[in-house]
Amino acid sequence: MDEKELFKGYRGAALEALKQYNAYIWSDVELTTDESTFIGLILPRSEQQDEFHIVIKLRTGYNIGVRASKVRDIKINGRKEAHYKIPEKEFPYSPKMPRVMLFGTGGTIASRLDYRTGAVIPAFSPGELYGSVPELADICNLETVKLYGVFSENMGPEQWIGTAKAIAAEIEKGVDGIVIGHGTDTMHHTAAILSFMIQDSPVPIVMVGSQRSSDRPSSDAALNLIHSVKTAAESDIAEVMVCMFGPTSDMYGILHRGTRVRKMHSSYRSTFRTIGDIPLATVNNQSIKPLRSDYKKRRNDRNFKLVPYFDDNVAIVYYYPAMHPDIFDSLIERGYKGIVIAGTGLGHVNKPVYPALKRAQEAGVAVYMTVQTLWGYAQMYVYDTGRDLMELGVVPLANMLPEVAFMKLGWALGQTHELDKVKEIMLTPVAGEMTEREPSNGYLIFQGGIPEVEEFISTIKK
Amino acid sequence: MNINYFDFDFKPFNLMTPEDYAKVGFKSGLEVHQQLWTDKKLFCRCPAGHYSSNYNAEILRHMRPTLSELGEYDGTALMEFKTKKEIIYRINYDTVCTYEMDDTPPFMMNSNALDIAMEIAMLNNAHIVDEVHIARKQYLDGSIPTGFQRTAIVSVGGALPYKDKQINLIQMSIEEDSCREVSDVGHKRVYITDRLGMPLIETVTQPEMKTPQEVAEVNQIIRKMARSTGHVRTGMGAARQDVNVSVTGGTRIEIKGVSKITKIPLLTYNEAMRQWNLLKLRQELWNRGINAETFSAENADITKLMRKTRCFQISDAIAKGNRVRCVLLHGFKGLLRWQTQTDTYFSREISDRVRVIACLSTLPNIMHSDSMSESIPSSEWSIIKKSIGATENDTIVIVWGDERDSLTGANEIIIRAKEATIGIPSETRQALSDGTNGFERILPGPERMYPDTDLPPIKITQERYDKIKAGLPKSVWIRIKNYQDLGLSEKLSEEIAGSRFADTFEEVVYNLKVDPKYASFILIDFHKRLKKEKLNISVLSHEDYLDIFRNYQSGNILKEGVLHTIRKAMNLGKYSPDMLPKLCVDPELTQIINQAKAEFDRIKIRKPEFKTEILMGITMSKLRGKVKGQEILNLIKD
Repeated sequence: MDEKELFKGYRGAALEALKQYNAYIWSDVELTTDESTFIGLILPRSEQQDEFHIVIKLRTGYNIGVRASKVRDIKINGRKEAHYKIPEKEFPYSPKMPRVMLFGTGGTIASRLDYRTGAVIPAFSPGELYGSVPELADICNLETVKLYGVFSENMGPEQWIGTAKAIAAEIEKGVDGIVIGHGTDTMHHTAAILSFMIQDSPVPIVMVGSQRSSDRPSSDAALNLIHSVKTAAESDIAEVMVCMFGPTSDMYGILHRGTRVRKMHSSYRSTFRTIGDIPLATVNNQSIKPLRSDYKKRRNDRNFKLVPYFDDNVAIVYYYPAMHPDIFDSLIERGYKGIVIAGTGLGHVNKPVYPALKRAQEAGVAVYMTVQTLWGYAQMYVYDTGRDLMELGVVPLANMLPEVAFMKLGWALGQTHELDKVKEIMLTPVAGEMTEREPSNGYLIFQGGIPEVEEFISTIKK
Repeated sequence: MNINYFDFDFKPFNLMTPEDYAKVGFKSGLEVHQQLWTDKKLFCRCPAGHYSSNYNAEILRHMRPTLSELGEYDGTALMEFKTKKEIIYRINYDTVCTYEMDDTPPFMMNSNALDIAMEIAMLNNAHIVDEVHIARKQYLDGSIPTGFQRTAIVSVGGALPYKDKQINLIQMSIEEDSCREVSDVGHKRVYITDRLGMPLIETVTQPEMKTPQEVAEVNQIIRKMARSTGHVRTGMGAARQDVNVSVTGGTRIEIKGVSKITKIPLLTYNEAMRQWNLLKLRQELWNRGINAETFSAENADITKLMRKTRCFQISDAIAKGNRVRCVLLHGFKGLLRWQTQTDTYFSREISDRVRVIACLSTLPNIMHSDSMSESIPSSEWSIIKKSIGATENDTIVIVWGDERDSLTGANEIIIRAKEATIGIPSETRQALSDGTNGFERILPGPERMYPDTDLPPIKITQERYDKIKAGLPKSVWIRIKNYQDLGLSEKLSEEIAGSRFADTFEEVVYNLKVDPKYASFILIDFHKRLKKEKLNISVLSHEDYLDIFRNYQSGNILKEGVLHTIRKAMNLGKYSPDMLPKLCVDPELTQIINQAKAEFDRIKIRKPEFKTEILMGITMSKLRGKVKGQEILNLIKD
């Protein structure tokens, strides 16, 4: 083993001190300093931490850091290397159960600790999943394939296209449902693109993740997995969905349509919300309860359309007051093919950027308008500003969410660079990304503190 | 070790001598928890020390065991998972934010709390660690919504003087406090979250206490040391301890959450007795030829057999659709009546396990054939015995509940009975009001510790260390000696030194030159009286007291005025200088005296030689605290 592995994470003074006594990581030591003696294991050190301290796991299970310059002696009494092994049991097969494929892309749905960074890293196999969530075996025959091991911010066109193709191959093989484990930060981006790339799927395609990593007893991972696997195995909703906690309580999950969902809180369990509409259904470990009937139904055929294209020369410009036109100019100069603006109100930007938008039009850049209010429609005909912008070739995208518009534009440009065709693709709804009407309960954000809201909150579990 | 446990029988508590405890090898250590006095909680910015049972909302969660960093499941974790509890958290908007609800990652540790912890560690002569690493300690009972407690070692080692020796410390950690349990019935446990996240320290001693009394005395010393900083909380629940007890051949057993130190001697006595008697029980089992290998037990569903039982608990259960199971313990005859603690028998060890692990919390939850006073008629016992094939030497235990719980219960009975052939199972136990203790959960091991990935380690800089060291209050031992030098008794000196008024006392006596006896009367005795009157005695700050004493010493207020002001401030929840009573001076003073004299002349006096005393009585009722008595006396005599 090389030195880097033997003294994982250590450098500078701390590395020198450990080398002097041949104290490799996982050594069981008696370490003496000027003041005290510590008995325990030398742990690897996070690379982001400083070079002056040695980390010891004491017999009580606690870790402490000892300043390397204080070390007077290290006696080595043995070695105890950690093995992060979830008890692995073979996932039982039962001929009557539906077959579900779980694709892993990364994220915290299944994870373990990484000692170099002190962070949580993804891990998963059917045996491990069965070892930690045995309930899954009561729902389906589960198979898993790890497609990628990336945090969700590192997902990109390569992974989106790869995932779509993998799903397509599985559907052709006759799978009853698909679950995709995914980091939550960009889960709604991936849900949108999969909604466009896999059209008219005969089976449910369910995206799932967790907000509290599965290395914690209170994690939402197990319940989210149970809900999503149940949905994939049993539900008759053959759409791309996001399945995540409804309330913060361990009560039920919500099935959100892949093109209408968004992560709305940086850390809450119930972070995903359907925007401008109501969700498809709720799910708990007993049943799946649809909230509407206009979803695409499960079918026995294998007829679906795979459209796996993406051009990443696309950007979202989040408009802010007093924006300079050079923001747009730099994108045009850099050869971007498409721009989605998240405008204010009904879809507006200030006058100084008009000339830049004109230049975009002349350069053949596709420019689309969405609203940064998230709820509501881009209705550019209402005010002069909007009408002027439409004159400059900016196309309003109704109530398409900015991130969804971004994904769709990349997908459209992946198919063609002809602006008319791009426009046709953009304005033809594929999977509910634009809706004709917004029901009044599609915009419900309870305001805390208001007496009637408080009364409601106090009578139900959140 | 070859010990005949039958050679010694535990005597009643008050007859046990230190020699008796030496004979059984009594050993005890303490884990003393003490809340720190900060404005905010440890890992979020919620206000600290605001308690209320009112709540605005409820959250439902479950706990699942996870792997430790060494890749092992913890025993307790698996036990808690078996219980399948629904956990309800009651949330009050004013005391809890999304951090405590486990919906937001932690904020950086409250640095004020860490400073206080370091201060106390230094007073204990402990070594502060160079880098504080925050760990997660798993708690699957739900007492913390994350499923773990954030905790970190602040210091290692250290020692406290005790009698002619010293008590050595293992370590001190800083950690977040847990929820308060509201109820735990069946599969539902309810917590209120107000206390959750409060900063506290845990001081752990070596197991060096040799008698129950020593445990209590050492506990007092640790508590006083922390209190002498003036930076820890006092009052209900602000200080709690876990007490570890073992006897020769026994196991380290942790009695959790003891809030009254005075309860410790009886609790530790009973635990030592329990271990000794369980070891005796093991010897008896071995004598009967029953050990871990030869142990055998069976369990069967006897619901059908019990359809017509005259035992109302069981017939009620069957009527509700529950199942009845019986467990046959081969060769155990009479042993469920084996005494473990004062008025407590081995059957309680079994009943406790069934209550906690199978969630069968309505008592009685078991019945057994060793007990004469149970409600199953002997004819029914005979039928059960016959059906399961029990002999004269066996014991039968009956348990009832729904399908799953009754099966879990039956299995737990077998597990606990088998453990009796091995020794004392590692458990944490809860203190009961009668001085005995009951099973709480399997003792967690170091496997439940893993690093907190949300927070980086905190380096203790030399600058920070030196600053705290420079401002360190005097050690409680030095204070006691100094106070004795002032002429105070040893007991009173200890009391002041161990109270949060130590600094105030010293400033009042050394700088303001107030008489030490008077200062101690106000700060200790008078405050005790006010506490009895249920007043909040932590209303006034150090500066407030100085202000009052300064006014006293310069003659602006009198002794009576001091008492009056402190009481008034506590009543109003706040001190302000305009509460100080104004001294009564002329012309008002002369006027009151003259009125009194006029009143005296009006009434008929039988003994005119007492005129002065009577006049004093009349005037003092109006002038108490506003004029010195001697001054009034002079005026009256004029």
